[in-house]
Amino acid sequence: MTELFLHQQWLIWLTLLPLGAAVAAFLAPQQARWIGLATALLLPVCALAGILSVTLTHADPITAGGWPTPLGIELRRDGLALVMLAVTALVGFIISCYALGYFPVHDRHYDKVRYFWPLWLFLWGSCNALFVSGDLFNLYVTLELVTLSSVALIALEGGKQALAAALRYLFIGLLGSLSYLLGVGLLYGSYATVDIALLGEMISATRLNHAAMALMVAGLVLKSALFPLHFWLPQAHTMAPAPVSAALSALVVKAAYVILLRLWFEVFPALDTFAVGHLLGLLGSIAIVWGSLMALRQERLKLLIAYSTVAQIGYLYLVFPLAQPETMAAAWTGGVLLMMTHACGKSAMFMVAGTIHHTAGSDRLSRLAGAGGPVGVLAVVFTLAATTIIGLPPSGGFFAKWIFINAALVTGQWWYLPIILSGTLLAAAYIARVLGWAFLDVKRSSYPVIPWVMKWPPLVLSVIALLFGLIAYEPIQIALIGAPVHGSIMVEMTP
Amino acid sequence: MSDLILPAILLSSLLPGLIIFTLPEQQVTLRTALNLAGALFKLMLVALLFVRVAERQYAELRLPLLPDIELVLRADALSLLFLTLSALLWLLTTIYAIGYLEGSPNRSRFFGFFSLCVSATTGIALSGDLVTFVIFYEMLTISTYPLVVHRGTPKALAAGRIYLAYTICGGLVLFFATVWLRSIAGPLDFSPGGVVADLDPALYGSLAIIFALLMLSLGVKAALVPLHIWLPSAMVAPAPVSALLHAVAVVKAGAFGIIRVVHDIYGLDFSAAQNLLFPLALLAAFTIIYGSIRALSQNDLKRRLAFSTVSQVSYILLGVAMATPLGTIGGLVHLVHQGLMKITLFFCAGNLAETLGIHKVDEMDGVGRRMPWTMAAFTVGALGMIGLPPLAGFISKWYLGLGSLAAGQPWIILVLIASTLLNAAYFLPVVHRIWFIEPRQDWPSSSLRGGRETTWALLAPPLMTALLVILLGILAGSVGSALYWVELIAAREYGL
Repeated sequence: MTELFLHQQWLIWLTLLPLGAAVAAFLAPQQARWIGLATALLLPVCALAGILSVTLTHADPITAGGWPTPLGIELRRDGLALVMLAVTALVGFIISCYALGYFPVHDRHYDKVRYFWPLWLFLWGSCNALFVSGDLFNLYVTLELVTLSSVALIALEGGKQALAAALRYLFIGLLGSLSYLLGVGLLYGSYATVDIALLGEMISATRLNHAAMALMVAGLVLKSALFPLHFWLPQAHTMAPAPVSAALSALVVKAAYVILLRLWFEVFPALDTFAVGHLLGLLGSIAIVWGSLMALRQERLKLLIAYSTVAQIGYLYLVFPLAQPETMAAAWTGGVLLMMTHACGKSAMFMVAGTIHHTAGSDRLSRLAGAGGPVGVLAVVFTLAATTIIGLPPSGGFFAKWIFINAALVTGQWWYLPIILSGTLLAAAYIARVLGWAFLDVKRSSYPVIPWVMKWPPLVLSVIALLFGLIAYEPIQIALIGAPVHGSIMVEMTP
Repeated sequence: MSDLILPAILLSSLLPGLIIFTLPEQQVTLRTALNLAGALFKLMLVALLFVRVAERQYAELRLPLLPDIELVLRADALSLLFLTLSALLWLLTTIYAIGYLEGSPNRSRFFGFFSLCVSATTGIALSGDLVTFVIFYEMLTISTYPLVVHRGTPKALAAGRIYLAYTICGGLVLFFATVWLRSIAGPLDFSPGGVVADLDPALYGSLAIIFALLMLSLGVKAALVPLHIWLPSAMVAPAPVSALLHAVAVVKAGAFGIIRVVHDIYGLDFSAAQNLLFPLALLAAFTIIYGSIRALSQNDLKRRLAFSTVSQVSYILLGVAMATPLGTIGGLVHLVHQGLMKITLFFCAGNLAETLGIHKVDEMDGVGRRMPWTMAAFTVGALGMIGLPPLAGFISKWYLGLGSLAAGQPWIILVLIASTLLNAAYFLPVVHRIWFIEPRQDWPSSSLRGGRETTWALLAPPLMTALLVILLGILAGSVGSALYWVELIAAREYGL
């Protein structure tokens, strides 16, 4: 029994199940909600089983369909893949619950409901496929699938602005993929393989390879919206329906970043990455300050949250300059930790914004005034989720910043310290602005009725975001399975 | 196994708080029951722990957070000092708050955050290393904000903004300093004698800078001048919040942190040898005088008390900075004594505001006739603050004075004398008004049965604390007094 359980190909199910469900939901729109919910319930189970089967058995790599490697597609089963699958399962489950309330059965805009579920399940399956892909070409294909389903989801809201945002996102996405693909092509031309592990062994510091690196990094940077290539993000994330915004901020921008993380630590180490690393660090620093300043100026909650994402992505890019030989493991772990915790916190925040938009008809900050009473839970969810964005303990964001500051001190890159600290202050300022409205005491004549699926599931997510620092030990241990980095997380300075 | 008492103490206020958040506004009975049950249960657990620590059985619990970082809960004698104070005053303040907020809106939110605030304070007391301390210290910032802005008026929100601006900046500096210290000194467990003494002398420069950063960041909550601005403005909070803020929660968290850093991270020997403590003593002395002078001119009663807090909390720091056993005793015992005296004063100020609508000092003429019990408690608190024997405040000042002589710094005595005169100058006129000046108009007579001056929930807590102020002074030498316990801490700290 245990044998059977442990050696099931859980990770393949994580991709096949949502893709199959997407087709089913498309064919049977009347049942789409239930198909979606059933899938959302099954996927976390699969993810958990997948993690257990990897951590308990240490079995050989799985290939899809059982074909041997050059022919079959080999699945990555390292820690990074596992934790990303787990986070996606968790966030995806909550988003699905929330969507049940956000897209009610008797919606005037029936099309929205009809198309949401297939597209969302498709996006979910594509993300899962991306995380377990071990070669550059599959990563390209899955990234493209992620982008296309995201574009369709953004356009779901209809209306001129949403379509414009979706179209812009499509063009940007294609441009990014194209740039990435060119880089892949160059590497394939030289080494006749796209397998990450093999490339990592063979690659040498030639000019052509550096060009390939530049192209791939540029494409992924565009897709993960690093300053100044973030210009498409606020509109795209704001125009989408709230469950979609949550998925975009929590998962989709991370997908491109995960690819970059894999490349940087597994393929590029043989190349000269000094200049690129510091350039990414510089852009990340500007993103932190710029994104936070823009968030501070917004009058609409969704835009504020979207700009906060721009800033948080900036932190993720500090990983590259901070990953010096002695702090390699620290920077990598910090990045992974921040990805996980940001996914939980940010999606909860978008769901709150969506609920306010949904019930009050607008997500202007002033609509939050006097958010006491039955609406109070929204303020609570937002506050708890915001702790990880600011980086307050015991959230995961706190420890991620800890690791970054420590790495900056140890490697003597002190100029990142004021960036990280001022980013924290600015984040506190824009969150405090929102809270100020929520605590303002105004009398309301009536409170909107909010379906419970739009209140309690996001609360769960925000509590996880808040407490992530206390429960991060196991996830980090899992993430470090087969990680390309070794060494201490808390590095001590040598005088 | 028995070390599970530490998380149990934390949960005894955390769980009721979380449950209270979900309760509808009308569930008064259940909410009250949860609050009181939590507070009593906690007091019981603390008593159990007290016995163990007195016998030198230190409880400890470690929980790995990240590779190389742990959450450390530990109970030593100093933890118990702060823990007992907070557990006791939480019970009294809860009773008081139930009476004070009767019938006002958003009470579930209030008591929920109130419990979180106390949980954070408990966590601060039980922190076994600096990392854990920072975690709970920040939790305190966040859970206090909703209490400060509870009234939801633009004025309260403005005060909340100031509060957040100061404490978040302070917290950030503290965070940074801690990460820095961790990166050069390794694990930062609180241990007598400190953890930095064995480091390479080449690092002493960095250590001095980190020390300054730690003092400044903790000084925000401890209201060291010029970082005290948030404290008087946070007076817009409801009276029970002010009482808790001033007596145990926020300002004491800062002072407690400074004690921990000086005693258990840097170590008294090391800090004294590196001359780190003298600037702290100077700043504390300046704060003592400055706070008292500002208190003189405040007409708003709560603001006057707030500036008095600014001044009085620095007594604790002054005592610690002397680095002599007697000075340490004076400082630590003031942590408890100041808490009891100040909470009494704030309870009484709240009673005046709630019952008679009095907020200003010049409205207090003859109020002793209308509210004799409340005003008697107030008088005890005020005289204690001045340091009149045999009240608790006298014990603190006596030991501080002895400590300064032992430390060979007689100038501190001058500071103490000046401060005592100033204390008298801003408290005695108030006491005089209360008892000896004719009321300008007749007070509205009591609507309560038997003509009681105010409800029991509002009256009992200040009477209890005033009684403690008297008892801790008179019985200072006997077993179980704050002084007794503090002497034990000092003996262990100095290895006497």
